[in-house]
Amino acid sequence: MSDTTQNGPVLAADGTPLKRSLAKALRLQKLRALMLIAPLLLFILVTFILPVGDMLFRSVDNRIVQEVLPKTVDALESWDPDSSELPDEAVFAALAVDMKAAAELKVHTRVAKRLNYENPGMSSVFRKSGRKIGKWDVENDGPYKERLIELDDGWADLELWRTIKTYSGTRTAGYFLNAVDLKLGADGVEVRPETERIYNTMLIRTMRMSLIITFSCIMLGYPVAWLLANLPTRKANLLMILVLLPFWTSLLVRTSSWKILLQQQGVINDVLVWIGLVADDNRLVLINNELGTIIAMTHILLPFMILPMYSVMQTIQPTYLRAAKSLGATNWTAFWRVYFPQSVPGIGAGSILVFILAVGYYITPALVGGTKGTFISNLIAYHISTSGNWGLGAALGSILLAVVLLLYWVYDKIVGIDNVKLG
Amino acid sequence: MSALPPYATTGQRVWYYSFRVICGLIFFFLIAPIVVIIPLSFNAQDFFTFTPEMLRLDPEGFSLKHYRDFFNNDSWQSAMWNSLKIAPMATLLSVSFGTLAAIGLSQQHVPFRRAIMAILISPMIVPLIISAAGMYFFYSRIGLQGTYLGVVLAHAALGIPFVIITVTATLVGFDRSLTRAAANMGADPVTTFFRIQMPLILPGVISGGLFAFITSFDEVVVVLFVGSAGQKTLPWQMFIGLREQISPTILAVATILVAISIMLLTTVELLRRRSERLRGMSPG
Repeated sequence: MSDTTQNGPVLAADGTPLKRSLAKALRLQKLRALMLIAPLLLFILVTFILPVGDMLFRSVDNRIVQEVLPKTVDALESWDPDSSELPDEAVFAALAVDMKAAAELKVHTRVAKRLNYENPGMSSVFRKSGRKIGKWDVENDGPYKERLIELDDGWADLELWRTIKTYSGTRTAGYFLNAVDLKLGADGVEVRPETERIYNTMLIRTMRMSLIITFSCIMLGYPVAWLLANLPTRKANLLMILVLLPFWTSLLVRTSSWKILLQQQGVINDVLVWIGLVADDNRLVLINNELGTIIAMTHILLPFMILPMYSVMQTIQPTYLRAAKSLGATNWTAFWRVYFPQSVPGIGAGSILVFILAVGYYITPALVGGTKGTFISNLIAYHISTSGNWGLGAALGSILLAVVLLLYWVYDKIVGIDNVKLG
Repeated sequence: MSALPPYATTGQRVWYYSFRVICGLIFFFLIAPIVVIIPLSFNAQDFFTFTPEMLRLDPEGFSLKHYRDFFNNDSWQSAMWNSLKIAPMATLLSVSFGTLAAIGLSQQHVPFRRAIMAILISPMIVPLIISAAGMYFFYSRIGLQGTYLGVVLAHAALGIPFVIITVTATLVGFDRSLTRAAANMGADPVTTFFRIQMPLILPGVISGGLFAFITSFDEVVVVLFVGSAGQKTLPWQMFIGLREQISPTILAVATILVAISIMLLTTVELLRRRSERLRGMSPG
């Protein structure tokens, strides 16, 4: 008893100061929480975060030129790309040695492909020379400058040498510049020729169409969310099933259903012809264009708009509306000045969610978008699986990822990721 | 919006009914594309629209032809078995890791909680094409590309956010004094977990699992990149079918998938209502 009256620190049962023993308990608690999370965090890191990071790295990776043409890159060090003279004999000799080695390993086509992205036409010069140089005796077959130019006059082109020099580093901003229709010339960044510009159009189209889809989701989702929030619970739950069923139905089922409905010989056109709105020989083209993508994606993403709106609207007190009306507001004023401002967080949450999901969509645009209704994702997929220009695909992906992460951050600030609700 | 008061003006009446009609049309837009597939799948012809026989409700116009196609076609059958082999394994992985982490995350003191949460939810936010491309590069580097294990791991990663969200939501309503009471009576943490906590959060875990299952079962982008022909799943087969020659068998498959979704949706809704009811009874 006498202990507690003393001025010393408060002690726990085992004699350590209470403060320290509480801190220890807290540390233990934190550690235990982290131990529970650690396996999953590790799992996500290996199966998901590392792969995405790996892809991001590919968008700036340019080791290929140095790996395949190490001597040439070294020799080009002293050449001034602004001069109007070709590199000297030493550079050509280095190139011949590199090319012979590369041709033996059959890797010269890879560097050819890489440089061709930046300067179309280089690929054929490399491929053609690679075949021939493979048979040369590089020790004493000089002078190489004349022989190489004789082999292919592409080697006498200053632009070709400037491209090699510009892209000799192990890191490059080239893919990113390419992804926004620019390129790195010998004297800095320049705009690509008109015929090679497609990516800006694509990025802008993706943004524009995602905005249209988000907006149509707001227009269609708001009345439904309002109705659900203001009906008696029993009825609302019943109608909620109509919103949740599409949410749970396979994406491919919904897409295939739209593909079937929107066809020229499909159900929608049949009905329109039957009513007499459309002539039989003048059926509407609803698919393989922007309209098809917009209709199908609005339908697919609508539940993601309705659910957050609904959960916000549920918390709005109906008494506010009544109070506004009893103070003399018309129905419209009461809605617009009192109800609507309170529902804005729901609109915000839903819009960000729908927009994030829309910009990254791949399957639906690929199936119902034709050539005019495709998104940036389709282009990324094309570069990764078909064209083999992985760096460009990765750069486009990084840009898309940056947009999405920015919005994710905004969403977290406004709504909080903890508050995401499913169904 | 319960009912119209007797003193409503004509304008209010008109608005009241037209608003209901508008909402009805939107609900129609939501549900019609899914429902219309079902009768079309019984078409006796190889058309994607209603034939005159079907509109007359003539039994001649209907048949189970497309379903027979589905069950007799080797590529559809192997796709279905692949889906059924991949989805449960992926679900098992996401549920076991996810539940453990959700319990960790819902402790009172978790350092970097927000950052950890952001990382764990990210597979849901990052566009699928980016995840797919990244996994394609990385998994080919470590030899997992084109293997069953690779696809399972990828799908498990995609399902985890759903498990985390549903289980943490259930744990919000969990009464902590119950675990303390159990510990007080001499139960060790493992016993407490399996005998006290698990039965109470089970509805959340099951819903999370169903979400993870449907994520894997419906997923096509990642499997297109990470999988090889040996892992061709049902959605993959549908994707090819839709892109190349669209065959009416797809309608039968779609109908079967809609039936599965209805079953899953019903289960999740029942679980959610049950857990809401239970939560209403427990304090806090």
